[in-house]
Amino acid sequence: MTALTDLSLTDAQRLLKNGDISAVELVKAYLKAIEDAAILNCYVTICQDKAIEQAKQSDLRLSQGNARPLEGIPIGVKDVFCTKNVETTACSKILKGFIPPYESTVTQKLWDAGAIMLGKLNHDEFAMGSSTEYSCFGPVISPVRKNGETTAHVAGGSSGGSSASVAARLCLAATATDTGGSIRQPASLTGTVGIKPTYGLCSRYGIVAFASSLDQAGIITHTVEDSAAMLTQMVGYDHKDSTSLATTTPEYHTHLSKDVSQLRVGIPKEYTSSDMLPAIQRMWEETADMLAHQGAKIVEVSLPHTHYALPTYYVVALAEASSNLARYDGIRYGNNISNSTQLIQRYRENRAQFGEEVKRRIFLGTFVLSAKYYDAYYIKAQKVRRLIRDDFNTAFEKVDVLLTPTTSGAAFALGEKLDDPVAMYLNDLFTVPVNMAGLPAISFPMGKDSAGLPLGMQLIGKPLGEQTILNTAYFLEDARGKIPKLHPWWLNNTSKGM
Amino acid sequence: MSFDKKTIMHVAHLSNIDLPEDKIGEYTDKLSHVMTFIETLNEVDIEGIEPMTSVLDLELPLRKDEVTEGNIVTDILLNAPEKNDDYFVVPKIIE
Repeated sequence: MTALTDLSLTDAQRLLKNGDISAVELVKAYLKAIEDAAILNCYVTICQDKAIEQAKQSDLRLSQGNARPLEGIPIGVKDVFCTKNVETTACSKILKGFIPPYESTVTQKLWDAGAIMLGKLNHDEFAMGSSTEYSCFGPVISPVRKNGETTAHVAGGSSGGSSASVAARLCLAATATDTGGSIRQPASLTGTVGIKPTYGLCSRYGIVAFASSLDQAGIITHTVEDSAAMLTQMVGYDHKDSTSLATTTPEYHTHLSKDVSQLRVGIPKEYTSSDMLPAIQRMWEETADMLAHQGAKIVEVSLPHTHYALPTYYVVALAEASSNLARYDGIRYGNNISNSTQLIQRYRENRAQFGEEVKRRIFLGTFVLSAKYYDAYYIKAQKVRRLIRDDFNTAFEKVDVLLTPTTSGAAFALGEKLDDPVAMYLNDLFTVPVNMAGLPAISFPMGKDSAGLPLGMQLIGKPLGEQTILNTAYFLEDARGKIPKLHPWWLNNTSKGM
Repeated sequence: MSFDKKTIMHVAHLSNIDLPEDKIGEYTDKLSHVMTFIETLNEVDIEGIEPMTSVLDLELPLRKDEVTEGNIVTDILLNAPEKNDDYFVVPKIIE
Protein backbone atom coordinates (compact mmCIF):
# COMPACT_ATOMS: atom_id res chain seq x y z
CA MET A 1 0.00 0.00 0.00
CA THR A 2 1.14 3.54 -0.73
CA ALA A 3 2.01 5.58 2.36
CA LEU A 4 -0.23 8.59 2.90
CA THR A 5 2.73 10.92 2.43
CA ASP A 6 3.49 9.40 -1.00
CA LEU A 7 0.26 10.72 -2.50
CA SER A 8 0.20 13.62 -4.90
CA LEU A 9 -2.02 16.55 -3.94
CA THR A 10 -4.52 15.67 -6.64
CA ASP A 11 -4.67 12.01 -5.49
CA ALA A 12 -5.12 13.08 -1.87
CA GLN A 13 -7.99 15.38 -2.92
CA ARG A 14 -9.77 12.48 -4.60
CA LEU A 15 -9.30 10.08 -1.67
CA LEU A 16 -10.47 12.72 0.81
CA LYS A 17 -13.59 13.43 -1.24
CA ASN A 18 -14.40 9.71 -1.51
CA GLY A 19 -13.95 9.28 2.23
CA ASP A 20 -11.14 6.74 1.71
CA ILE A 21 -8.83 8.74 3.97
CA SER A 22 -9.50 11.44 6.57
CA ALA A 23 -7.85 14.84 6.82
CA VAL A 24 -6.86 14.07 10.41
CA GLU A 25 -4.95 10.91 9.46
CA LEU A 26 -3.33 12.73 6.54
CA VAL A 27 -2.20 15.62 8.76
CA LYS A 28 -0.94 13.23 11.44
CA ALA A 29 1.07 11.28 8.85
CA TYR A 30 2.75 14.51 7.75
CA LEU A 31 3.43 15.68 11.31
CA LYS A 32 5.14 12.34 11.98
CA ALA A 33 7.16 12.63 8.75
CA ILE A 34 8.24 16.16 9.72
CA GLU A 35 9.37 14.95 13.15
CA ASP A 36 11.33 12.09 11.59
CA ALA A 37 13.04 14.43 9.13
CA ALA A 38 14.18 17.00 11.71
CA ILE A 39 17.76 16.63 10.46
CA LEU A 40 16.80 18.27 7.14
CA ASN A 41 15.93 21.48 9.03
CA CYS A 42 12.99 22.31 6.72
CA TYR A 43 10.51 23.61 9.27
CA VAL A 44 11.22 26.51 11.62
CA THR A 45 7.77 26.40 13.29
CA ILE A 46 5.44 23.40 13.49
CA CYS A 47 1.72 24.09 14.05
CA GLN A 48 0.73 20.67 15.37
CA ASP A 49 -2.39 21.49 17.44
CA LYS A 50 -3.72 24.06 15.01
CA ALA A 51 -3.25 21.69 12.05
CA ILE A 52 -5.10 18.83 13.76
CA GLU A 53 -7.90 21.17 14.82
CA GLN A 54 -8.25 22.44 11.23
CA ALA A 55 -8.20 18.86 9.92
CA LYS A 56 -11.13 17.94 12.18
CA GLN A 57 -13.11 20.82 10.70
CA SER A 58 -12.16 19.68 7.20
CA ASP A 59 -13.35 16.14 7.94
CA LEU A 60 -16.67 17.57 9.13
CA ARG A 61 -17.09 19.57 5.92
CA LEU A 62 -16.07 16.57 3.80
CA SER A 63 -18.65 14.38 5.54
CA GLN A 64 -21.32 17.04 5.13
CA GLY A 65 -20.62 17.42 1.42
CA ASN A 66 -19.57 21.09 1.57
CA ALA A 67 -15.87 20.64 1.00
CA ARG A 68 -13.91 23.57 -0.43
CA PRO A 69 -11.42 23.15 -3.34
CA LEU A 70 -8.37 22.32 -1.17
CA GLU A 71 -10.28 20.84 1.78
CA GLY A 72 -7.96 18.98 4.14
CA ILE A 73 -4.77 19.49 2.08
CA PRO A 74 -1.73 19.90 4.40
CA ILE A 75 0.81 22.44 3.16
CA GLY A 76 3.93 24.23 4.36
CA VAL A 77 4.34 28.02 4.31
CA LYS A 78 7.60 29.85 3.65
CA ASP A 79 8.35 31.96 6.71
CA VAL A 80 8.14 35.23 4.73
CA PHE A 81 4.34 34.98 4.57
CA CYS A 82 2.78 36.74 7.57
CA THR A 83 0.50 34.32 9.38
CA LYS A 84 -1.84 35.77 11.97
CA ASN A 85 -0.88 34.78 15.53
CA VAL A 86 1.89 32.46 14.25
CA GLU A 87 5.48 33.70 14.58
CA THR A 88 6.88 35.01 11.27
CA THR A 89 10.62 35.70 11.21
CA ALA A 90 11.79 35.90 7.58
CA CYS A 91 14.51 33.66 9.09
CA SER A 92 16.17 36.75 10.56
CA LYS A 93 17.28 37.36 14.13
CA ILE A 94 15.79 40.83 13.94
CA LEU A 95 12.25 39.43 13.55
CA LYS A 96 12.53 36.65 16.16
CA GLY A 97 9.38 36.71 18.23
CA PHE A 98 7.34 38.74 15.73
CA ILE A 99 3.70 37.65 15.83
CA PRO A 100 1.81 39.20 12.88
CA PRO A 101 -1.55 40.75 13.76
CA TYR A 102 -2.75 40.00 10.22
CA GLU A 103 -2.63 37.30 7.54
CA SER A 104 -1.04 37.57 4.08
CA THR A 105 -3.61 37.59 1.28
CA VAL A 106 -2.17 34.50 -0.44
CA THR A 107 -2.24 32.34 2.71
CA GLN A 108 -5.70 33.65 3.63
CA LYS A 109 -6.96 32.53 0.22
CA LEU A 110 -5.48 29.07 0.81
CA TRP A 111 -7.11 28.74 4.26
CA ASP A 112 -10.41 29.95 2.77
CA ALA A 113 -10.05 27.16 0.18
CA GLY A 114 -9.67 24.58 2.96
CA ALA A 115 -5.88 24.05 3.00
CA ILE A 116 -4.20 23.29 6.34
CA MET A 117 -0.93 24.82 7.58
CA LEU A 118 1.54 22.25 8.94
CA GLY A 119 4.10 24.91 9.79
CA LYS A 120 6.51 27.57 8.58
CA LEU A 121 9.43 26.76 6.31
CA ASN A 122 13.10 27.69 6.40
CA HIS A 123 14.69 29.93 3.72
CA ASP A 124 17.54 32.39 3.24
CA GLU A 125 17.20 35.43 5.52
CA PHE A 126 14.74 37.88 3.91
CA ALA A 127 14.71 35.54 0.87
CA MET A 128 18.24 36.70 -0.06
CA GLY A 129 20.30 33.76 -1.24
CA SER A 130 20.41 30.73 -3.50
CA SER A 131 21.23 27.93 -1.05
CA THR A 132 19.26 28.49 2.20
CA GLU A 133 22.60 28.71 3.98
CA TYR A 134 21.90 32.34 4.97
CA SER A 135 19.12 31.51 7.45
CA CYS A 136 19.39 32.40 11.13
CA PHE A 137 18.01 28.88 11.79
CA GLY A 138 20.92 27.22 9.98
CA PRO A 139 20.94 25.64 6.51
CA VAL A 140 18.37 23.29 5.00
CA ILE A 141 19.89 19.89 4.11
CA SER A 142 18.61 18.60 0.80
CA PRO A 143 16.89 15.19 0.84
CA VAL A 144 18.63 14.72 -2.52
CA ARG A 145 22.22 13.44 -2.53
CA LYS A 146 24.63 12.03 -5.11
CA ASN A 147 24.26 8.31 -5.83
CA GLY A 148 26.05 6.29 -3.17
CA GLU A 149 27.42 9.37 -1.37
CA THR A 150 26.58 11.01 1.96
CA THR A 151 27.88 14.57 1.37
CA ALA A 152 25.19 17.09 2.33
CA HIS A 153 23.93 19.19 -0.57
CA VAL A 154 21.94 22.42 -0.67
CA ALA A 155 18.24 22.40 -1.54
CA GLY A 156 18.62 25.68 -3.43
CA GLY A 157 17.31 29.02 -2.29
CA SER A 158 15.92 31.13 -1.16
CA SER A 159 12.90 28.77 -0.87
CA GLY A 160 15.06 25.79 0.20
CA GLY A 161 12.72 24.73 3.02
CA SER A 162 9.85 24.72 0.53
CA SER A 163 11.66 22.64 -2.08
CA ALA A 164 13.21 20.21 0.43
CA SER A 165 9.95 19.68 2.33
CA VAL A 166 8.10 18.83 -0.89
CA ALA A 167 10.92 16.57 -2.16
CA ALA A 168 11.13 14.74 1.21
CA ARG A 169 7.32 14.49 1.34
CA LEU A 170 6.89 16.61 4.45
CA CYS A 171 3.89 18.44 2.91
CA LEU A 172 1.76 18.19 -0.23
CA ALA A 173 2.76 21.64 -1.45
CA ALA A 174 4.72 24.60 -0.13
CA THR A 175 4.23 28.30 -0.72
CA ALA A 176 7.33 30.16 -1.86
CA THR A 177 8.44 33.52 -3.25
CA ASP A 178 10.60 34.34 -6.26
CA THR A 179 12.51 37.62 -6.68
CA GLY A 180 15.29 36.34 -8.95
CA GLY A 181 14.72 32.58 -9.08
CA SER A 182 13.93 31.65 -5.47
CA ILE A 183 11.11 29.26 -6.47
CA ARG A 184 12.50 27.82 -9.70
CA GLN A 185 16.15 27.24 -8.73
CA PRO A 186 15.32 25.26 -5.53
CA ALA A 187 12.68 23.30 -7.44
CA SER A 188 15.27 22.46 -10.11
CA LEU A 189 17.85 21.34 -7.54
CA THR A 190 15.41 19.03 -5.70
CA GLY A 191 13.43 17.45 -8.56
CA THR A 192 10.20 19.31 -7.74
CA VAL A 193 7.86 21.59 -9.71
CA GLY A 194 7.99 25.34 -9.00
CA ILE A 195 5.92 28.05 -10.65
CA LYS A 196 6.42 31.81 -10.45
CA PRO A 197 3.38 33.59 -11.90
CA THR A 198 3.20 36.90 -13.76
CA TYR A 199 4.15 39.89 -11.61
CA GLY A 200 0.95 41.21 -9.99
CA LEU A 201 -1.05 37.97 -10.24
CA CYS A 202 -0.57 36.94 -6.59
CA SER A 203 -0.99 39.67 -4.01
CA ARG A 204 2.17 40.77 -2.20
CA TYR A 205 0.14 41.93 0.81
CA GLY A 206 1.54 40.43 4.00
CA ILE A 207 4.69 39.01 2.39
CA VAL A 208 7.89 40.31 3.96
CA ALA A 209 9.25 42.53 1.18
CA PHE A 210 12.66 42.03 -0.46
CA ALA A 211 12.50 43.87 -3.82
CA SER A 212 8.97 45.10 -4.43
CA SER A 213 9.15 45.49 -8.23
CA LEU A 214 10.34 41.86 -8.57
CA ASP A 215 8.84 39.84 -5.67
CA GLN A 216 6.12 37.38 -6.58
CA ALA A 217 4.53 34.49 -4.66
CA GLY A 218 4.19 31.01 -6.12
CA ILE A 219 4.15 27.37 -5.21
CA ILE A 220 6.36 24.26 -5.12
CA THR A 221 4.66 20.88 -5.66
CA HIS A 222 5.26 17.28 -6.76
CA THR A 223 3.46 17.53 -10.10
CA VAL A 224 2.33 20.06 -12.69
CA GLU A 225 -1.31 19.20 -12.02
CA ASP A 226 -0.78 19.93 -8.29
CA SER A 227 0.87 23.22 -9.24
CA ALA A 228 -2.15 24.20 -11.35
CA ALA A 229 -4.59 23.25 -8.56
CA MET A 230 -2.72 25.31 -5.97
CA LEU A 231 -2.10 28.35 -8.19
CA THR A 232 -5.80 28.56 -9.05
CA GLN A 233 -6.53 29.30 -5.38
CA MET A 234 -3.65 31.77 -4.86
CA VAL A 235 -4.18 34.34 -7.63
CA GLY A 236 -6.57 37.27 -7.86
CA TYR A 237 -6.92 41.03 -7.51
CA ASP A 238 -6.26 42.50 -4.09
CA HIS A 239 -6.91 46.17 -3.30
CA LYS A 240 -4.33 45.93 -0.50
CA ASP A 241 -1.51 45.55 -3.08
CA SER A 242 -1.04 48.62 -5.30
CA THR A 243 0.56 46.48 -8.04
CA SER A 244 -2.13 43.79 -8.05
CA LEU A 245 -3.53 42.95 -11.50
CA ALA A 246 -7.27 43.30 -12.02
CA THR A 247 -7.72 40.37 -14.36
CA THR A 248 -9.72 37.17 -14.56
CA THR A 249 -7.87 33.87 -14.43
CA PRO A 250 -9.01 30.39 -15.47
CA GLU A 251 -9.18 27.35 -13.20
CA TYR A 252 -5.77 26.22 -14.39
CA HIS A 253 -6.11 22.56 -13.30
CA THR A 254 -9.42 21.96 -15.08
CA HIS A 255 -8.02 23.49 -18.30
CA LEU A 256 -4.85 21.40 -18.45
CA SER A 257 -4.12 19.97 -21.89
CA LYS A 258 -1.23 17.94 -23.28
CA ASP A 259 -1.79 19.18 -26.81
CA VAL A 260 1.35 21.01 -27.89
CA SER A 261 0.92 20.49 -31.64
CA GLN A 262 0.29 24.17 -32.39
CA LEU A 263 2.92 25.48 -29.98
CA ARG A 264 5.79 27.73 -31.08
CA VAL A 265 8.76 27.16 -28.77
CA GLY A 266 11.67 29.60 -28.64
CA ILE A 267 15.22 28.51 -27.79
CA PRO A 268 17.17 31.59 -26.64
CA LYS A 269 20.64 31.22 -28.13
CA GLU A 270 22.26 33.41 -25.44
CA TYR A 271 21.46 30.77 -22.79
CA THR A 272 23.93 28.31 -24.26
CA SER A 273 27.40 28.59 -22.84
CA SER A 274 30.57 26.60 -23.24
CA ASP A 275 30.70 25.72 -19.54
CA MET A 276 27.19 24.27 -19.46
CA LEU A 277 27.10 20.70 -18.12
CA PRO A 278 26.86 18.20 -21.02
CA ALA A 279 23.96 16.51 -19.19
CA ILE A 280 22.05 19.79 -19.17
CA GLN A 281 22.78 20.53 -22.82
CA ARG A 282 21.57 17.01 -23.72
CA MET A 283 18.42 17.31 -21.59
CA TRP A 284 17.62 20.63 -23.26
CA GLU A 285 17.93 19.14 -26.76
CA GLU A 286 15.91 16.06 -25.83
CA THR A 287 13.14 18.18 -24.32
CA ALA A 288 12.94 20.27 -27.50
CA ASP A 289 12.80 17.04 -29.53
CA MET A 290 9.88 15.73 -27.47
CA LEU A 291 7.93 18.88 -28.32
CA ALA A 292 8.95 18.80 -31.98
CA HIS A 293 7.75 15.17 -32.26
CA GLN A 294 4.26 16.33 -31.30
CA GLY A 295 4.28 18.97 -34.01
CA ALA A 296 5.49 21.96 -31.99
CA LYS A 297 7.60 24.41 -33.93
CA ILE A 298 11.06 24.96 -32.46
CA VAL A 299 12.52 28.39 -33.24
CA GLU A 300 15.87 29.88 -32.28
CA VAL A 301 15.39 33.35 -30.77
CA SER A 302 17.75 36.00 -29.48
CA LEU A 303 17.65 37.83 -26.14
CA PRO A 304 20.73 39.99 -26.71
CA HIS A 305 20.89 41.60 -23.24
CA THR A 306 20.78 38.29 -21.28
CA HIS A 307 24.40 38.75 -20.22
CA TYR A 308 23.48 41.95 -18.38
CA ALA A 309 20.41 40.67 -16.54
CA LEU A 310 22.29 39.52 -13.46
CA PRO A 311 24.28 42.72 -12.80
CA THR A 312 21.11 44.74 -13.53
CA TYR A 313 19.21 42.59 -11.07
CA TYR A 314 21.78 43.12 -8.32
CA VAL A 315 21.55 46.90 -8.65
CA VAL A 316 17.74 47.08 -8.86
CA ALA A 317 16.98 44.38 -6.27
CA LEU A 318 19.51 45.61 -3.72
CA ALA A 319 18.44 49.23 -4.08
CA GLU A 320 14.85 48.18 -3.35
CA ALA A 321 15.99 45.88 -0.55
CA SER A 322 17.96 48.60 1.23
CA SER A 323 14.85 50.75 1.18
CA ASN A 324 12.48 47.95 2.27
CA LEU A 325 14.73 46.83 5.10
CA ALA A 326 15.07 50.36 6.50
CA ARG A 327 11.93 49.64 8.55
CA TYR A 328 13.62 47.17 10.90
CA ASP A 329 14.73 49.11 13.94
CA GLY A 330 13.72 46.96 16.94
CA ILE A 331 11.53 49.80 18.24
CA ARG A 332 8.03 49.13 16.94
CA TYR A 333 8.41 45.38 16.52
CA GLY A 334 11.15 42.83 16.24
CA ASN A 335 13.98 41.90 18.54
CA ASN A 336 15.46 44.76 20.58
CA ILE A 337 18.94 43.85 21.85
CA SER A 338 20.16 47.37 22.57
CA ASN A 339 20.28 49.16 25.92
CA SER A 340 21.60 52.35 24.40
CA THR A 341 20.09 55.61 25.62
CA GLN A 342 20.81 57.16 22.20
CA LEU A 343 18.09 56.53 19.60
CA ILE A 344 20.40 56.33 16.56
CA GLN A 345 22.82 54.05 18.41
CA ARG A 346 19.89 51.81 19.30
CA TYR A 347 19.00 51.54 15.60
CA ARG A 348 22.59 50.77 14.75
CA GLU A 349 22.93 48.00 17.33
CA ASN A 350 19.59 46.40 16.52
CA ARG A 351 20.21 46.50 12.77
CA ALA A 352 23.60 44.85 13.27
CA GLN A 353 21.54 41.67 13.91
CA PHE A 354 21.09 41.24 10.14
CA GLY A 355 23.18 38.38 8.76
CA GLU A 356 26.33 39.09 6.75
CA GLU A 357 24.76 38.59 3.30
CA VAL A 358 21.79 40.83 4.16
CA LYS A 359 24.18 43.52 5.41
CA ARG A 360 26.24 43.28 2.22
CA ARG A 361 23.08 43.75 0.19
CA ILE A 362 21.87 46.70 2.28
CA PHE A 363 25.30 48.35 1.95
CA LEU A 364 25.38 47.87 -1.82
CA GLY A 365 21.78 49.00 -2.24
CA THR A 366 22.44 52.08 -0.10
CA PHE A 367 25.55 52.79 -2.15
CA VAL A 368 23.82 52.67 -5.56
CA LEU A 369 21.05 54.92 -4.23
CA SER A 370 23.42 57.46 -2.66
CA ALA A 371 23.39 60.90 -4.27
CA LYS A 372 26.79 60.66 -5.96
CA TYR A 373 26.18 57.27 -7.61
CA TYR A 374 22.42 57.24 -8.22
CA ASP A 375 22.63 58.02 -11.97
CA ALA A 376 25.74 55.96 -12.65
CA TYR A 377 24.33 52.75 -11.18
CA TYR A 378 20.64 52.82 -10.26
CA ILE A 379 19.22 54.78 -13.19
CA LYS A 380 21.53 53.00 -15.60
CA ALA A 381 20.34 49.59 -14.33
CA GLN A 382 16.72 50.66 -14.73
CA LYS A 383 17.45 51.56 -18.34
CA VAL A 384 19.11 48.22 -19.01
CA ARG A 385 16.11 46.56 -17.36
CA ARG A 386 13.91 48.06 -20.08
CA LEU A 387 16.20 46.64 -22.78
CA ILE A 388 15.93 43.19 -21.17
CA ARG A 389 12.13 43.42 -21.11
CA ASP A 390 12.07 44.64 -24.73
CA ASP A 391 14.16 41.59 -25.74
CA PHE A 392 11.41 39.32 -24.38
CA ASN A 393 8.68 41.35 -26.12
CA THR A 394 10.48 40.94 -29.44
CA ALA A 395 10.99 37.19 -28.92
CA PHE A 396 7.32 36.69 -28.00
CA GLU A 397 6.24 38.15 -31.34
CA LYS A 398 7.50 34.89 -32.85
CA VAL A 399 6.93 32.26 -30.15
CA ASP A 400 4.45 31.28 -27.40
CA VAL A 401 6.92 30.00 -24.83
CA LEU A 402 10.66 29.96 -24.26
CA LEU A 403 12.44 26.75 -23.25
CA THR A 404 15.67 26.90 -21.22
CA PRO A 405 17.37 24.92 -18.48
CA THR A 406 16.51 26.34 -15.04
CA THR A 407 20.09 26.34 -13.80
CA SER A 408 23.51 25.82 -15.39
CA GLY A 409 24.43 23.15 -12.83
CA ALA A 410 23.00 20.64 -10.36
CA ALA A 411 22.87 21.04 -6.56
CA PHE A 412 26.22 21.86 -4.94
CA ALA A 413 27.65 20.78 -1.61
CA LEU A 414 26.91 22.72 1.55
CA GLY A 415 29.49 25.49 2.04
CA GLU A 416 30.86 25.22 -1.50
CA LYS A 417 29.88 28.73 -2.65
CA LEU A 418 29.61 30.54 0.68
CA ASP A 419 32.83 32.53 0.38
CA ASP A 420 32.18 33.95 -3.06
CA PRO A 421 29.01 36.05 -3.38
CA VAL A 422 29.33 36.33 -7.17
CA ALA A 423 29.61 32.52 -7.59
CA MET A 424 26.44 32.24 -5.52
CA TYR A 425 24.69 34.93 -7.62
CA LEU A 426 25.55 33.05 -10.86
CA ASN A 427 23.07 30.35 -9.77
CA ASP A 428 20.32 32.68 -10.92
CA LEU A 429 21.70 33.34 -14.41
CA PHE A 430 18.74 31.73 -16.23
CA THR A 431 16.01 32.71 -13.77
CA VAL A 432 16.69 36.42 -13.11
CA PRO A 433 15.77 37.77 -16.59
CA VAL A 434 12.19 36.51 -16.06
CA ASN A 435 11.77 38.64 -12.93
CA MET A 436 13.22 41.70 -14.66
CA ALA A 437 10.39 41.41 -17.21
CA GLY A 438 7.68 40.22 -14.75
CA LEU A 439 6.95 37.08 -16.78
CA PRO A 440 5.52 33.74 -15.61
CA ALA A 441 7.86 30.73 -15.57
CA ILE A 442 7.83 27.16 -14.34
CA SER A 443 10.65 24.75 -13.47
CA PHE A 444 10.04 21.01 -13.61
CA PRO A 445 12.37 18.00 -13.39
CA MET A 446 13.47 16.57 -16.76
CA GLY A 447 16.78 14.83 -16.13
CA LYS A 448 19.70 13.93 -13.91
CA ASP A 449 23.42 14.60 -13.96
CA SER A 450 26.01 11.80 -13.97
CA ALA A 451 25.87 11.58 -10.16
CA GLY A 452 22.09 11.24 -10.11
CA LEU A 453 21.28 14.80 -9.00
CA PRO A 454 18.05 16.20 -10.48
CA LEU A 455 18.07 18.80 -13.27
CA GLY A 456 15.17 21.06 -14.16
CA MET A 457 13.91 22.66 -17.35
CA GLN A 458 12.28 26.09 -17.40
CA LEU A 459 9.38 27.29 -19.54
CA ILE A 460 8.90 31.06 -19.73
CA GLY A 461 5.52 32.44 -20.82
CA LYS A 462 4.08 35.71 -22.05
CA PRO A 463 2.49 37.95 -19.39
CA LEU A 464 -0.52 35.99 -18.02
CA GLY A 465 0.57 32.94 -20.05
CA GLU A 466 0.37 30.62 -17.00
CA GLN A 467 -1.99 28.17 -18.71
CA THR A 468 0.33 27.75 -21.70
CA ILE A 469 3.44 27.01 -19.62
CA LEU A 470 1.46 24.68 -17.33
CA ASN A 471 0.07 22.79 -20.34
CA THR A 472 3.48 22.45 -21.95
CA ALA A 473 5.05 21.26 -18.70
CA TYR A 474 2.09 18.87 -18.24
CA PHE A 475 2.87 17.26 -21.59
CA LEU A 476 6.62 17.08 -20.93
CA GLU A 477 6.17 15.63 -17.45
CA ASP A 478 4.11 12.83 -18.99
CA ALA A 479 6.61 12.29 -21.83
CA ARG A 480 9.44 12.13 -19.29
CA GLY A 481 7.78 9.41 -17.20
CA LYS A 482 7.60 8.81 -13.46
CA ILE A 483 10.44 9.80 -11.14
CA PRO A 484 11.42 7.10 -8.62
CA LYS A 485 10.82 7.87 -4.96
CA LEU A 486 13.79 9.25 -2.98
CA HIS A 487 15.39 6.83 -0.55
CA PRO A 488 14.57 8.32 2.89
CA TRP A 489 18.14 8.20 4.26
CA TRP A 490 17.33 10.98 6.71
CA LEU A 491 15.22 8.59 8.83
CA ASN A 492 18.31 6.68 10.00
CA ASN A 493 19.70 9.81 11.54
CA THR A 494 16.82 10.54 13.89
CA SER A 495 16.82 9.17 17.41
CA LYS A 496 13.42 7.58 16.90
CA GLY A 497 13.92 6.27 13.36
CA MET A 498 10.87 4.76 11.68
CA MET B 1 35.40 51.10 -8.63
CA SER B 2 36.53 49.33 -5.50
CA PHE B 3 34.96 49.71 -2.10
CA ASP B 4 37.51 51.34 0.21
CA LYS B 5 37.29 51.73 3.97
CA LYS B 6 35.90 55.26 3.72
CA THR B 7 33.08 54.17 1.37
CA ILE B 8 32.07 51.23 3.52
CA MET B 9 32.03 53.39 6.67
CA HIS B 10 29.86 55.92 4.83
CA VAL B 11 27.26 53.38 3.63
CA ALA B 12 27.21 51.72 7.07
CA HIS B 13 26.49 55.15 8.52
CA LEU B 14 23.72 55.81 5.96
CA SER B 15 22.25 52.34 6.65
CA ASN B 16 22.32 52.81 10.44
CA ILE B 17 24.16 49.54 10.93
CA ASP B 18 26.94 49.14 13.49
CA LEU B 19 30.05 47.86 11.74
CA PRO B 20 32.91 46.57 13.92
CA GLU B 21 36.40 47.70 12.86
CA ASP B 22 37.65 44.11 12.38
CA LYS B 23 34.90 43.32 9.84
CA ILE B 24 35.63 46.21 7.47
CA GLY B 25 38.27 44.35 5.43
CA GLU B 26 35.94 41.47 4.68
CA TYR B 27 33.20 43.82 3.47
CA THR B 28 35.50 45.91 1.27
CA ASP B 29 36.87 42.74 -0.38
CA LYS B 30 33.53 41.06 -1.08
CA LEU B 31 31.71 44.25 -2.13
CA SER B 32 34.55 45.31 -4.46
CA HIS B 33 34.24 41.91 -6.13
CA VAL B 34 30.47 42.44 -6.61
CA MET B 35 31.06 45.98 -7.94
CA THR B 36 33.40 44.65 -10.65
CA PHE B 37 30.61 42.29 -11.68
CA ILE B 38 28.03 45.12 -11.70
CA GLU B 39 30.26 47.40 -13.77
CA THR B 40 29.86 45.19 -16.85
CA LEU B 41 26.77 47.38 -17.28
CA ASN B 42 29.07 50.12 -18.55
CA GLU B 43 29.30 48.18 -21.84
CA VAL B 44 25.60 48.66 -22.59
CA ASP B 45 24.46 51.46 -24.89
CA ILE B 46 21.58 53.12 -23.01
CA GLU B 47 21.36 56.27 -25.10
CA GLY B 48 17.75 57.46 -25.29
CA ILE B 49 16.35 54.64 -23.14
CA GLU B 50 13.85 55.53 -20.43
CA PRO B 51 14.40 54.02 -16.95
CA MET B 52 11.93 51.23 -16.14
CA THR B 53 10.54 51.38 -12.62
CA SER B 54 7.84 48.73 -12.92
CA VAL B 55 6.78 45.99 -15.32
CA LEU B 56 3.22 47.24 -15.07
CA ASP B 57 2.08 50.39 -16.81
CA LEU B 58 -0.48 51.02 -14.10
CA GLU B 59 -1.27 54.29 -12.48
CA LEU B 60 -0.91 54.14 -8.75
CA PRO B 61 -4.42 53.39 -7.47
CA LEU B 62 -5.77 55.75 -4.83
CA ARG B 63 -8.45 55.06 -2.28
CA LYS B 64 -10.57 57.33 -0.07
CA ASP B 65 -8.80 58.31 3.12
CA GLU B 66 -11.04 56.49 5.56
CA VAL B 67 -10.67 53.69 8.09
CA THR B 68 -11.72 50.43 6.43
CA GLU B 69 -10.11 47.72 8.49
CA GLY B 70 -7.28 47.82 10.90
CA ASN B 71 -7.72 50.16 13.86
CA ILE B 72 -5.96 47.48 15.88
CA VAL B 73 -3.73 49.57 18.12
CA THR B 74 -3.60 46.97 20.89
CA ASP B 75 -2.66 44.16 18.49
CA ILE B 76 0.05 46.27 16.87
CA LEU B 77 1.54 47.22 20.22
CA LEU B 78 1.78 43.57 21.28
CA ASN B 79 4.94 43.36 19.14
CA ALA B 80 6.57 46.47 20.60
CA PRO B 81 9.64 45.66 22.72
CA GLU B 82 8.87 48.68 24.92
CA LYS B 83 5.57 50.57 25.19
CA ASN B 84 3.66 52.97 27.42
CA ASP B 85 -0.14 53.14 27.08
CA ASP B 86 -0.76 53.51 23.35
CA TYR B 87 2.79 54.60 22.51
CA PHE B 88 6.09 53.06 21.41
CA VAL B 89 8.89 54.02 23.78
CA VAL B 90 12.21 55.33 22.44
CA PRO B 91 15.20 56.81 24.26
CA LYS B 92 14.84 60.50 25.09
CA ILE B 93 15.73 62.58 22.01
CA ILE B 94 15.06 66.14 23.24
CA GLU B 95 17.11 67.53 26.10
